Amino acid sequence: MGMTMTQKILAAHAGLDEVKAGQLIMADLDLVLGNDVTTPVAINEFNKAGFTDIFNKDKITMVMDHFTPNKDIKAAQQCKQCREFASKYDITHYYDVGDVGIEHALLPEKGLVVPGDAVIGADSHTCTYGALGAFSTGVGSTDMCAGMAAGKTWFRVPSAIKFNIVGKLPRYSAAKDVILHIIGMIGVDGALYRSMEFSGEGLKNLTMEDRLCMANMAIEAGAKNGIFAVDEVTKEYLKGRTDREYKVFEADADAEYDEEYTIDLSEIKPTVAFPHLPENARTFDDIPEVKIDQVVIGSCTNGRIEDLRAAAEILKDKKVADHVRCIVIPATQNIYMTAMKEGLLEIFINAGCAVSTPTCGPCLGGHMGILAAGERAVATTNRNFVGRMGHPESEVYLASPYVAAASAVAGKIAQPSDVM
Amino acid sequence: MKACGKVHKYGDNVDTDVIIPARYLNTANMEELAQHCMEDIDIDFAKNVQKGDIMVAKANFGCGSSREHAPASIKASGISCVIAKSFARIFYRNAINIGLPIIECDEAAEKIEKGDEVEIDFDTGVITNKTKGESYQGQSFPEFLIKIINSNGLLNSLKE
Repeated sequence: MGMTMTQKILAAHAGLDEVKAGQLIMADLDLVLGNDVTTPVAINEFNKAGFTDIFNKDKITMVMDHFTPNKDIKAAQQCKQCREFASKYDITHYYDVGDVGIEHALLPEKGLVVPGDAVIGADSHTCTYGALGAFSTGVGSTDMCAGMAAGKTWFRVPSAIKFNIVGKLPRYSAAKDVILHIIGMIGVDGALYRSMEFSGEGLKNLTMEDRLCMANMAIEAGAKNGIFAVDEVTKEYLKGRTDREYKVFEADADAEYDEEYTIDLSEIKPTVAFPHLPENARTFDDIPEVKIDQVVIGSCTNGRIEDLRAAAEILKDKKVADHVRCIVIPATQNIYMTAMKEGLLEIFINAGCAVSTPTCGPCLGGHMGILAAGERAVATTNRNFVGRMGHPESEVYLASPYVAAASAVAGKIAQPSDVM
Repeated sequence: MKACGKVHKYGDNVDTDVIIPARYLNTANMEELAQHCMEDIDIDFAKNVQKGDIMVAKANFGCGSSREHAPASIKASGISCVIAKSFARIFYRNAINIGLPIIECDEAAEKIEKGDEVEIDFDTGVITNKTKGESYQGQSFPEFLIKIINSNGLLNSLKE
């Protein structure tokens, strides 16, 4: 019987000709990732277990992105602990304030993940790199520790759901709308323990940034990983970013899938996920008037240059509503610089937005835009759980950069056609 | 191995942000984090929980972030086992890796109520509700995972 893309990558990393869904395997890792929240726990475990060396200094990356620039003394201590560990073991890809970006925007930009890789990261949105045709999944700090020490870890081989992508997105519909639509359709545990595999003739109409956004939120459907078939868009993206040779794995024609869906991009409408689950996806024919207090445009889901261009397109020559605080966070320094050169930052500042250095900050209620009791935010982030962006009685509405920017102008949840 | 205690009961999709809010993750001290465990959905949990107590929830327990602080703060609060219809996969992995016993059982997740006295036999997967005089069959783990759990976590099992 044939294998899915994910199964083929896992088999290759386990040194096996074939694997089956449900099989437990030990697999070699190409990259092990941690951030300033999860790495300190991994370091504590590393020391407690008595490990004295790491498996490969070039295959571990630490990204200080969550509570940086350090939000308080405790956060500063955690970063210091990571910095000292990275220095002690001479870790090549350690990123700190000044060159740091949000991990899942930074690693693809730096060319650290290539098709066919097996990657674990102590951050749930590590599934983002599936956009590049890699197997990539979130794990905890103990797994990160074992990965750092041994360069391998255990996996239960997942089955998969196939999404056949056709058509082309209409104007003002975005990749974020596609993935919110899918999560709304299958639910927050609709892909639990499984892969979400994206392929089909419509893939050519999705940019790499679109794919990164969609793979990023596979975890919000409970998936182990999201993965895109490798095509010319992938190969073009990798040019100039890496000189590593990579192997392209394709799903077998007779691979078995638990479920198959066809997603027609031309039918996707601007979508908003209402509190407090990403599956509460609604389109504008089903959205009442919701007054808002804050808008966040950024995060590992939607803080890339195309996202900022989309937001700027809406905000150009307009003003953010008086009662709304709009915070724009370019996800990496490179994106920040590009946005500056293209005049996007000027558009944001003229509109009345605050523009921040790269950080995960408000997405997880860390800092840089926390909500008070009763406040509501439209955010291009990935989670709208109770208390996610601040007070347990605050609310987060997930949307695309187009919808977030339009909402900032309107002062209530709005779509681009309401303000353009 | 057995666990026995009083039940704290929750619903579907208990996410890691409510198990331990990110605003407290500027420390990796699990005893300190245990003071804030579950507080956004159960403000008195840290005050009420007794060593050995059992947590019961419905589907997709532990969805969201990969923060190991979630199972670790539950463990540090004194909880001896979490029973749910299903667990989000990173939480499932993390719980096994740090040695927090978890068990999947639809019937137990439906029938057990807050305050019930419950015993779990990990070798057989049998969950006994002493308050109601009922028992339910939970899913037992594959041998590979039992070894990790019995070693009190992944790193200990790697050393063995």
